[in-house]
Amino acid sequence: MKVSVQAHDFDAGAEMRALSRDPKVGAVASFVGVVREVGMTLEHYPGMTERALQKIVEEARGRWQVLDYTVIHRVGPLQPTDQIVLVVVASAHRGDAFAACEFIMDYLKTQAPFWKKEAAGWVEARASDDRATERWVEPKNRLG
Amino acid sequence: MKVKVLYFAALREQLGTSGEEIELPAGVGTLAALRAHLRGRGGAWQSALADGKLVRMAVNQDMAQPSAAIKAGDEVAFFPPVTGG
Repeated sequence: MKVSVQAHDFDAGAEMRALSRDPKVGAVASFVGVVREVGMTLEHYPGMTERALQKIVEEARGRWQVLDYTVIHRVGPLQPTDQIVLVVVASAHRGDAFAACEFIMDYLKTQAPFWKKEAAGWVEARASDDRATERWVEPKNRLG
Repeated sequence: MKVKVLYFAALREQLGTSGEEIELPAGVGTLAALRAHLRGRGGAWQSALADGKLVRMAVNQDMAQPSAAIKAGDEVAFFPPVTGG
């Protein structure tokens, strides 16, 4: 049950192994985001970031059976091929683990206060990320 | 009635400040009203917070809609759509 916003790198394998020690766990799904092509600096809103990530995880736990989770997001300067984000979800079965992991990533993209700045300037938000979040919303709750 | 206002990322750079304490004038009780009040400063404030600009807002570290109420002591934040992950 870990949410961390940190400058230093993480060991995805070690984080996944740490979530597979409970004999009730039958599935560990993970996602690693990597910096592509150009370096960047990540700014965030200290306090709100952790709070937003925790809310996203709680929402996922309300929808799927989640036995344990780890969410790590790095901030500060990052170079191409650097790891930037890790989501690991442990469940009894793969369906819950896959779905919760994807849900957490999709929500993180549009709800957690991080901003990327490249040498060319601030990265613009993408409409495709909003659509990825939107698809998890129940039709009765959908806006517009 | 005082609130703490924070600005992040591109908005922080455009406005030239990362935050301030603001004494809210009477009648400014929502995020939308505060945004309009700040726009009234003109210059970079007018352009960065213009109606057509996508600006996200938070009250006490929760994302909030423009209609959200603000009260004394709140921490309010203005920032561009997020781009993490």
